[in-house]
Amino acid sequence: MQKQAIFQSKLLPYALVAPQLAIVLIFFYWPALQAVIQSFLLQDAFGLSTSFIWFENYTELLSDPAYFETIVRTFLFSFAIAASSLSVALLLAVMADKPMRGGAIYRTLLIWPYAVAPPVVGVLWVFMLHPSLGVLSRYLRAAGIEWNPLLDGNQAATLVILAAAWKQISYNFLFFLAGLAAIPKSVLEAAAIDGARPMRRFWTVTFPLLSPTIFFLLVVNIVYAFFDTFGIIDTMTRGGPGKSTETLVYKVYNDGLIGGNLGSSAAQSVILMVMVIVLTGIQFRFVERKVTY
Amino acid sequence: MALRHFGAAAAVAIAVGITASPALAVTEIQWWHAMTGANNDVIVKLANDFNASQSDYKVVPTYKGSYPDTMNAGIAAFRAGNAPHIMQVFEVGTATMMAATGAVKPVYKLMADAGEKFDPKNYLSAITGYYSTSKGEMLSFPFNSSSTVMWVNLDELKKVNAEIPKTWPEVFEVAKKLHDNGHPTCGFSNSWVTWVNLEQLSAWHNVPLASKANGLDGFDTKLEFNAPLQVKHLEKLVELQKDKTYDYAGRTNQGEGRFTSGECAIYLTSSAFFGNVKAQAKFNFTAAPMPYYPDVKGAPQNSIIGGASLWVMGGKSADEYKGVAKFLTFLSDTDRQVYIHKASGYLPITKAAYEKAKAEGFYKDQPYLETPLLELTNKEPTENSRGLRLGNMVQLRDVWAEEIELALAGKKTAKQALDASVERGNTMLRQFEKTAVK
Repeated sequence: MQKQAIFQSKLLPYALVAPQLAIVLIFFYWPALQAVIQSFLLQDAFGLSTSFIWFENYTELLSDPAYFETIVRTFLFSFAIAASSLSVALLLAVMADKPMRGGAIYRTLLIWPYAVAPPVVGVLWVFMLHPSLGVLSRYLRAAGIEWNPLLDGNQAATLVILAAAWKQISYNFLFFLAGLAAIPKSVLEAAAIDGARPMRRFWTVTFPLLSPTIFFLLVVNIVYAFFDTFGIIDTMTRGGPGKSTETLVYKVYNDGLIGGNLGSSAAQSVILMVMVIVLTGIQFRFVERKVTY
Repeated sequence: MALRHFGAAAAVAIAVGITASPALAVTEIQWWHAMTGANNDVIVKLANDFNASQSDYKVVPTYKGSYPDTMNAGIAAFRAGNAPHIMQVFEVGTATMMAATGAVKPVYKLMADAGEKFDPKNYLSAITGYYSTSKGEMLSFPFNSSSTVMWVNLDELKKVNAEIPKTWPEVFEVAKKLHDNGHPTCGFSNSWVTWVNLEQLSAWHNVPLASKANGLDGFDTKLEFNAPLQVKHLEKLVELQKDKTYDYAGRTNQGEGRFTSGECAIYLTSSAFFGNVKAQAKFNFTAAPMPYYPDVKGAPQNSIIGGASLWVMGGKSADEYKGVAKFLTFLSDTDRQVYIHKASGYLPITKAAYEKAKAEGFYKDQPYLETPLLELTNKEPTENSRGLRLGNMVQLRDVWAEEIELALAGKKTAKQALDASVERGNTMLRQFEKTAVK
C-alpha cells in the first residue's frame, strides 16, 4: 500500500519548499553560475576591460605543475586533519563516556574549543609556537629541536594541521558522545557476559554501531579541512614558507583578491567545487556501503 | 558582498537623514582609509578640521580594514557603482590603480579642472615621484610615507664595543659579535623581506629592480634583480641564517617585536616603526641609514618610499571634485603637514613642511626621525631609484618571498631562488599587461 499524500492542494508543498529553494538559488546556484561565467573571462580587477577567452584560465592552471602540488597538498592536509581530529575525538569520547566524578565538567571543557573562531585558533597557536615569542617553542628548543616554522615548511604544515585538527576535535567529540550514548547498554553487557574484553568489545560492538557517526563526521571533516581552514592558514602562515601551507582555497583567495586575477580564481573555485562534489559522491557511493545504520 | 553594500547603503541613508536637516546642501566626500590607533585619530582630526574650516563640503572618513582590505573594498564598490571619492591605497597598489584608467581621476587633472592652485614643485620629489608619471604628473596624493631605516639597540652595541655600522660588511661583523655575546638567536633581522632586501637594496645601490625605470615607463617591464649585487646579498643572508647571525622574521612586519623585546639588536624596517619603538623599547635606540656595499660605485644612491597615497576615484560630479581638490589643498598646508609629521611619524610631503620642522628644531632631540628624509633626498633620484610600478605587486612580493624562504631554508641556492623569482614574476607581469587597459 502506498501512503496517501496528506496535502490537499497541489501547490501547497511547492509553496512550503519555496523559501528553502529561494535561499539555495540565491546563495548557491546564482554565485556558482557567476563563478562559471567569470572563469571563461579575462578581466582586470576593476572590471573595465573584459574579454572572453574560452578555457584559457583552465588550461593555464592545469599546465602549471605548482597547481598540482597544491592539489596534492590539500588532500594530504585534509586526510591528516580528518584522521587526527577523528581519532583523538573518539578516544576522548570513549573515555568521557565512562561514568566518573565530574564527567560533565570534562565534557564541557572538551566542547569549548568549538566556540573559538578559526582565525583566533590561528593566532592562539602562533603565539604558543612562534619561534621567538612562543612558550612551547622555548621547550622545543630546550629539547634540542630546531624549531622554526617561518622557514621550515614541514614544521609549518604540522603547525597548521595541529591547529586545524585541534579546533575540530570538539565538534567530533560532541557527535561521538551522542553516538556512544545511543548504543544500547544491553548489547555491550551481552558481549561482556560472553567474555569479550573491553578492547574487543570496542572493536566488534561499539565501533560498528558508531560507523554512521564516523561516516558523517568524515564527510564533514574533509569539507571543513578543504574550506574552513582558510582563517587558520591566513593568520598563521599565509601559505608560506615557500608554498608549503598553500591549500586550494587559500590559492583561490590569494589569486583573486590579492592578485586581482578574477578569471583564474573563478576557474579554481569551479575546479574546487567539482572536486568536492566528486569526493562527497565517492564517499556516499563506496564508504556508505560499509556503514551499518 | 550584497550584505556589505546594504550596510554601506544603510550607513549613507542614516548619514543623509542626520545631515539633511539644514536647508544648505552639504556635499559629502567619502574617504576610505586603512589607519588604526593613533593614526586613525589623525585622520579623524584632519576631517573634522576641514569640515569646520568651511561649510560646503563634509569629508566622511571610514576605516575599511588593512591596506589590501581597503583596496579590495574600493574595487568591489567601484564594480558595484558606488566607489568612495577618496581611497587610501598602499604604495604597491599604485600600478593597479594607475592601470585603471576611467576608474580613477589623476590628481594633477583634478586640481586643474577644479582650478585649485597646485604646483608639483612644492612637494618632495623623492616622495611624489613614486606616484607620478614619467612626465612628472602627479597621479595620486601622497598621504603617509616612510622609508626603510636600520633600527639599532644602542645599549647592546655598547656592550660589544661596536659603533653603528654603516656598510653591510660592518653590519655582518657587528651581528657576529652580537650573536656570540648574548644574542644567539638573532644577530640582525628585518621586516618586509622583499622591500628591504630587493627593492630598497636595488634603489640604494642604483641598480635596476626591473627594466623601463622599474616599470614607471611602461607595463612591458621585465624584472632584472637576479643580478650579481642582489645574489651576493642573498647569499650572505643564507650563509648567516645557518647560525642565526641573521634570522628571518617573516614576510610582513610581524617580527618587529623582536627588536623592541631586545632579541635582535639590529633590525631593518620601516621608519614608521617609530611609534612602537618609542612606546615599547626599554633601551636607548636610534635609526641609522640603510647599510650599503662600499664596493658598489656611487652607493648609497637614495632610498624609495613605502606607505600609502590618496587616490581620487572616477565618475563623480564636478562639485564633488571641487571639494576633493579643496581638501587636498587643505592637506598640503605647511602647518598641517608639520602636524601630520609629528603626530604620526610619517614623513612631510612638502619642502616647506620639512624646512619648518627643521627650523623648529624638531630633529635636534630626535635625529632619527630625519634619517628617512636624509635617505630619500640623499641624491637626485635616478631611473633605478625613483620608485616602482609593477602590476600585481602584492602577489609579486609573495612570490619573491616564497623563493627567498626556500633559499634561506637551504632548498635552493640564492641564484636559483632569484632566477625563479624573476621568471615567475615576469609571467605575472605579462598576465597583468594583458588585462591592463591600454
